[in-house]
Amino acid sequence: MLNQFFGNIIPLEGYIVVGLIMFFAGIYGFISRKSLMMILISVELILNAADLNFAAFNRYLFPEHSEGLFFALFTIVIAACETAVAIAIIINIYRNLNNIDVDALEAMQEPESDFEKIKF
Amino acid sequence: MFEQVIFYTLAAVIALFSILAVNSTKLIRSAVYLLFVLLSTAGLYLLLGYYYLFAVQIAVYAGGIMVLFIFAIFLTHKPNEKIKPEPIKQRLAAMVLSLAGITFCAAVILQNITRVISLSTKEISTKELGITLMGTEKFQYLLPFEAVSILLLACIVGAIMIARKRN
Repeated sequence: MLNQFFGNIIPLEGYIVVGLIMFFAGIYGFISRKSLMMILISVELILNAADLNFAAFNRYLFPEHSEGLFFALFTIVIAACETAVAIAIIINIYRNLNNIDVDALEAMQEPESDFEKIKF
Repeated sequence: MFEQVIFYTLAAVIALFSILAVNSTKLIRSAVYLLFVLLSTAGLYLLLGYYYLFAVQIAVYAGGIMVLFIFAIFLTHKPNEKIKPEPIKQRLAAMVLSLAGITFCAAVILQNITRVISLSTKEISTKELGITLMGTEKFQYLLPFEAVSILLLACIVGAIMIARKRN
């Protein structure tokens, strides 16, 4: 009975604001950092925030269904796939260039590609 | 009452460590901060009553993905190596952009959601979960389940193909 009164007073916005902070921390890291590993960590933060939102909306607004739960579940699995492939690519880049900065990736483009001609 | 205290603690931990994770100059610290964020998110799933999601989050994210991260960091960085800080211009631009985004989204959220507190106490039993995951009817997920298993296989093969040593 006590739990009925005091247990359920976390509002939905609480979860969404937590997800929001996590998401924009990820966005900040994605834009500002230059190491590929840091970018990957930021992507994980973004995906995690999205998962949290799915679960919270599902539980609060449509508790009789469980689509949000399963969507979060499949998102976690796909995030695992994405991380495994990304880390394989990063290790391969490190082997070729000895560096995993985004700036170093310029060495991978072809000598006379269109990118050279376009001046940003 | 206790749930509220736990929720606000977890929320503070998530906010603090997700900001620390993207600001740290040492990569391994960043990964550990990310681990804290993932574990606290698992705690939030527990508070929501999604026990299976909690277990998956701990096993796949905090277990599998973090091990991958730490291996990759050790393979690509010397121990105690510091990343040199990014140009201040780039960091400022990113900060302005994300602060603008966070303000905008928070305004939209707080104006449109009137306090929803109807958290149901209904538990999803393991049997129900298994039937939903393995059924072929409406609102059941056999096809995505199989697609994800093929995706996992493809990504294992792809990761080995990409990362193996070439002669």
